[in-house]
Amino acid sequence: MADLSCDFVGIKSPNPFWLASAPPTDKEYNVRRAYEAGWGGVVWKTLGEDGAPVVNVNGPRYGAIYGADRRLLGLNNIELITDRPLEVNLREITTVKRDYPDRALVVSLMVPCEENAWRRILARVEETGTDGVELNFGCPHGMSERGMGSAVGQVPEYVEMVTRWCKQMTRMPVIVKLTPNITDIRLASRAAHKGGADAVSLINTINSITSVDLDLMAPEPTIDGKGTHGGYCGPAVKPIALNMVSEIARDPATRGLPISGIGGVTTWKDAAEFMALGAGNVQVCTAAMTYGFRIVQEMIAGLSDWMDRKGHARLENFVGMAVPNVTDWQYLNLNYIAKAQIDAETCIKCGRCYAACEDTSHQAIEMTADRSFVVKDEECVACNLCIDVCPVEGCIEMRQLAPGEIDPRTGMEVPASYANWTTHPNNPGRKSAAEQGLE
Amino acid sequence: MANSPLTPGVVPGRLQPDDYTRNFADKAPPLTAHEAAVAADRCYFCHDAPCVTACPTAIDIPLFIREIATGAPAAAARTIFEQNILGGMCARVCPTEQLCEEACVRMTAEARPVEIGRLQRFATDTLMTREGHPFVRAAPTGRRIAVVGAGPAGLACAHRLAMKGHEVQLFDARPKAGGLNEYGIAAYKTVNDYAQAEVAWLMGIGGIAVTNGKALGRDMTLDELRAGHDAVFLAIGLGGVNALRAEGEDKAQVVDAVDFIARLRQAEDLSTIPVGRHVVVIGGGMTAVDAAVQSKLLGAESVTMVYRRDRAAMSASEEEQHLASSKGVRIVTGAAPLRLLGEGAVEAVEFAYTRETDTGLELTDETFRIRADQVFKAIGQKLEGAPEGIALSGRKIAVTGPGRTSLPLVWAGGDCATGGDDLTVTAVAEGRDAAEDIHATLMAEG
Repeated sequence: MADLSCDFVGIKSPNPFWLASAPPTDKEYNVRRAYEAGWGGVVWKTLGEDGAPVVNVNGPRYGAIYGADRRLLGLNNIELITDRPLEVNLREITTVKRDYPDRALVVSLMVPCEENAWRRILARVEETGTDGVELNFGCPHGMSERGMGSAVGQVPEYVEMVTRWCKQMTRMPVIVKLTPNITDIRLASRAAHKGGADAVSLINTINSITSVDLDLMAPEPTIDGKGTHGGYCGPAVKPIALNMVSEIARDPATRGLPISGIGGVTTWKDAAEFMALGAGNVQVCTAAMTYGFRIVQEMIAGLSDWMDRKGHARLENFVGMAVPNVTDWQYLNLNYIAKAQIDAETCIKCGRCYAACEDTSHQAIEMTADRSFVVKDEECVACNLCIDVCPVEGCIEMRQLAPGEIDPRTGMEVPASYANWTTHPNNPGRKSAAEQGLE
Repeated sequence: MANSPLTPGVVPGRLQPDDYTRNFADKAPPLTAHEAAVAADRCYFCHDAPCVTACPTAIDIPLFIREIATGAPAAAARTIFEQNILGGMCARVCPTEQLCEEACVRMTAEARPVEIGRLQRFATDTLMTREGHPFVRAAPTGRRIAVVGAGPAGLACAHRLAMKGHEVQLFDARPKAGGLNEYGIAAYKTVNDYAQAEVAWLMGIGGIAVTNGKALGRDMTLDELRAGHDAVFLAIGLGGVNALRAEGEDKAQVVDAVDFIARLRQAEDLSTIPVGRHVVVIGGGMTAVDAAVQSKLLGAESVTMVYRRDRAAMSASEEEQHLASSKGVRIVTGAAPLRLLGEGAVEAVEFAYTRETDTGLELTDETFRIRADQVFKAIGQKLEGAPEGIALSGRKIAVTGPGRTSLPLVWAGGDCATGGDDLTVTAVAEGRDAAEDIHATLMAEG
């Protein structure tokens, strides 16, 4: 049995599945239930300054988009940080941490960009005995209008400044949670790194309007006829999150900076993918909000099973394993040639591959009168669209042409060598092989 | 004392009032909006979809299901009605398991098709309740067309012609329009007087004058119709019933299944319909199943359907056969009636087992008897009262292409014409296509 125990910046948890700072972690009742269900860690919902608590709207605060059968693919929210008194939260954090010493408990924080504000809150949090803090520089709605959340995360100088303050003020590990509502995530992660962050966590939610009520002519969720942009999360944002995680993982300026992966983690496989791209653990929210806390059991069992099959005894064995394989487009091997191949046995003859290819791609699939579908190798560019639209997993596959085979599309022999855009004759800025150091 | 299933002979009121309501309730209740959404999500929106090819009226099924899935059931209904104006009835009576649903790629994938029939009903019901008639008539053409027979073929033809701006005179021999939809289909397939509601809704197009109680050959001649109209469409159905050609066929309580079904459909109160304690239905088609199942639902103690060939050869679909079995009908195959026994009224039927040979079906010496105090004949209908001078092919009116008969400006379709397979949906397609051809022909004349 694989060992799922996780040490993330010195914070230990029995597994790498943490609940992200969000509604599921707003109070003791939920967090106890989460731990009982098996979650390895929890990031407590963001605490703000002492004083009158923030208020939330009293109408809908979530919006959703769906796939088939109303499967929730994306969730958007306009909820603010905790609206419960600081005192209550701190008392509950203390009790829960005392009762679950083997679980990770990190407290998310968001106070104004003033040194004293951070000093005050950090001192209070430290008293709870919690394992660490996460600086919420990510929430794109509401609090950002007050100069907090993503308003900080979007300015690298602020990220660095606040991170540095916090590192000076507390012995607790400091995780900096980044907003994806920027053009280059690396600027924010470099700033956090410079400020001394122990880790970054990402992504926070993405600015979004999920839908428009066409009767009210107002964005949803709608509050008394008006709506505002909210933070988008769930399975739909996973590809964006994976890319941002990998960008940081392969950035020489932040190499080795621990990453907590967040964004649409729904299954064990999603978690494994984040970790392969360099995340030391993952944080989950939407999946729990959709299905409840029990899903962690599938995540634990699935990850463990996969690690056993792959011979990974510990998480460290595969964390970051896929990072070296993330490269720039210009380095992709242009001599790699594949062709789609449709398995007539498993094909159910829906013809979606044909429609997609014929209407929108390369006219590389032939449809016969009896509805059999065959790839025309002389037209196929291996774009993958047929596989992407096929309802039967594994029915269409890509076959790599072996070196020496003739590509019927170009009439050229498939070269055995690697060659990329940097040396391609069509590239006006091409380099010679010698310049590339390939010789 | 009240009657029960055990009361001997052919008597009404074998059941309690509630039993009738329950027994004759909607066979497949309509989908709720939620059920429809779930069902619609299963459609793959296939390219050149096999279900469309399998539909005799070629409804764009993936399109209408997508319209349901995206919350536009009325648009879905228009997609259906453009191809099949009786899409509401077809959603109820089509043997979808032999047509669109059999072709559904989900059958290949997981042996469970998208519920096309029920989705079609969801869409058509929604539009018919919400919006009334969805089509607008074209400007008048000044042409007058006679349509004889207000069954599915006649109604579809009349509607399409009216929509094109022609003036249609629709004649029917029966007191009500609808044809077999009104008189020939089991009650539980079309509850709440749906056939009449559909006819009324269809007439919403305008330009169709219906005359009931007028039969061709009895009350009017084809020549008269041709003289008074620019074109004639014959959709007179099959008025005759094939004889058993078995000894004792003339005994009391040996009746045509179609008459029993018609009487049942027209009954105000089902407890007034007499039914035998022991019922035997001879035949293997939809009519046989409808008669057998409804006999059982009326409280017959035993109902046996006897078909001369094997199960695979029965024209009643597998689903129909399952329905019959589930209602307690016993299905005996490979046996043909030899004689009907009894003093005055029938008391039993003697059958001989049959054997398939190269030269056809043969009776064997092996015989058996089944008790019967009521026998329904359901071995097919035949054309009756075809107008003189029109060419027949076999026992039906010969047609070529979209229903052209041997006579100029006379078209025919539905069960009375050659081709087709005696399905409502096929009749609709034939009526519609004939209308298009009539329109093209008349308008080309200038």
